[in-house]
Amino acid sequence: MLFYTAQRLVLSVVIVMVAVSILTLMLHVVPGDPAVMILGPRATPELIERTREAMGLDRPLPVQVAMFFANILRGDLGQDVFTGRAVSQIVLEQLPYTMILISVAILWSAACGIALGAYSALRRNTWLDTLSGVVSVGTISIPAFVMALYSVLIFAVWLGWLPAIGAGDGFWDGITHLILPAFAIGVAWVGYVSRIVRASMLEVMTQPHVRMARAFGLPERRITRSHILKIAVLPAVTLIGTGVAHLFSAAVFVEVIFARPGIGALLVGAVNERNYPIVLGAVLITTGIIVLATLISDLVVALLDPRQREEF
Amino acid sequence: MTDAALPEPTLLARSLRVLSGNRTGALGFVLVALIVGSAILAPWIVPYDPAAIMVGPRMAPPSAEHWLGTDNIGRDIFSRVIAGGRIAMLVAAASLSAALTAGLALGLVAGLGPRWLDNLLLLILDALRSFPVIVFGLAVVTILGPSLFTVVLVVTITSVPIYARIVRTQTLALKNAEFILAERAMGVGMPRLLFIHVLPNVLGPLLILASMDVPLVIATEAGLSFLGMGVRPPTPSWGVILNDGYNFIRNSPWPVIGGSVPIILVTLGFTFMGEALRDIFDPKLRKGG
Repeated sequence: MLFYTAQRLVLSVVIVMVAVSILTLMLHVVPGDPAVMILGPRATPELIERTREAMGLDRPLPVQVAMFFANILRGDLGQDVFTGRAVSQIVLEQLPYTMILISVAILWSAACGIALGAYSALRRNTWLDTLSGVVSVGTISIPAFVMALYSVLIFAVWLGWLPAIGAGDGFWDGITHLILPAFAIGVAWVGYVSRIVRASMLEVMTQPHVRMARAFGLPERRITRSHILKIAVLPAVTLIGTGVAHLFSAAVFVEVIFARPGIGALLVGAVNERNYPIVLGAVLITTGIIVLATLISDLVVALLDPRQREEF
Repeated sequence: MTDAALPEPTLLARSLRVLSGNRTGALGFVLVALIVGSAILAPWIVPYDPAAIMVGPRMAPPSAEHWLGTDNIGRDIFSRVIAGGRIAMLVAAASLSAALTAGLALGLVAGLGPRWLDNLLLLILDALRSFPVIVFGLAVVTILGPSLFTVVLVVTITSVPIYARIVRTQTLALKNAEFILAERAMGVGMPRLLFIHVLPNVLGPLLILASMDVPLVIATEAGLSFLGMGVRPPTPSWGVILNDGYNFIRNSPWPVIGGSVPIILVTLGFTFMGEALRDIFDPKLRKGG
């Protein structure tokens, strides 16, 4: 297990490094002066010079990439083009909002999805199973930003039940402001998770160890809980681990639509004012988190199911 | 193994049989035909010029003249939705064919090339896959500026890794298959081998995957356009319509409804069609229950 963990960890670090290199090199693939490109048509010669120097754009390319890595290791992601503030600080200020949003969305949708999937598998081919199938396919077919627009339309504009703007002040206000965004991001995942849990439960149910447990006369509830469900949720763990990337994409829209602070809102603002250092910093942090999430889900699966480890 | 005495059913017969027992699959084909048809015929079937303002009253609800109502500057939403479908299909066709071609090439190189090249390509593909599509898209927009081309490029780059991986796995599996080794021993050249044996084996799964990827591509285009980072406003894209709808959401729900329903229908259509195609071309994958 230790070796497997170390192996996966090294691979994850390498992947993040390659991802960073791709982002830095992207600036140079396009013809033209990168500094001018970052700043756009509004750039003054003085600003261009300052940016070029701050980002080290006047040095040779390998030096730039190496410099960038050295800076990242020191926790330095560069400076905001306009205000000169540290990018790492700006990004870290916004990160908690996005992390809370995504975590709440994962938690509620995984809980509902696992319950729904397990229930449909146990009550296979009943009207409830059919209904949950139809609902799952329906929710999967609606992109998060469309779901967010409908949430605003129905619950904020028509019914007026929940607020649709900002993150709220204080604990309770914060929670009421979190409900619609977390709903909009999570609802499709109820569908994904319930489908995959249902399919994997049906598969696990036919396996010899379940028949064995039944032959030993274990109570049916206990077989379901500790012999079927425990293995059947593993594909869902992998799915959510790789799904974190999609959750970040969804968070971008949801933060814009609900005017919430967060990485996504920061990113869109930075793209609009062509603030490449902030864009780079935000992409870097989200990519790091995504790779970490994949790593954690792989490790959880390996921990719960030793068979998986041998494949690597 | 199938009974050798039975004749192999033709593709058409197999398709009809699968579809007759599969209502959602048939629905998928109908939806896709409707959407693709309306996209191709868009210039002839729109009742009004999709960009013309004040063809009716502002923010009117649906009526006999304006099937989906009008938007904040009196444009006909139905005409804009049909024209937006053309943009969506254009992006899907362009980016998926580019991604398929690139994925095929990279996958073959990774599968057949030397070990170090394979590892290097895998690493780059994994790194590309770890970017969230929209977040990566925004980074590219910062550099290239928002345009239809940028959207196509973003979708292409983010879809390539999946295709390349499938091609690579298939190529690796075939590389040491006995019939390939036998042909190589007989002096058959690599290009011919690729063309006759590897390509037909990977093309089916790739096309099915591509069909199921269409909704993802369209959601990405609509999403970027919604943020103002994709197709630019005078051009009617579903994302642009949704953005207009979002800005006036307290005044009229019709632009949001008009812009979102086609996205949902496209997703359902291509997903059902992809599943039916999988059943037709690869009956082994079909699962009961």
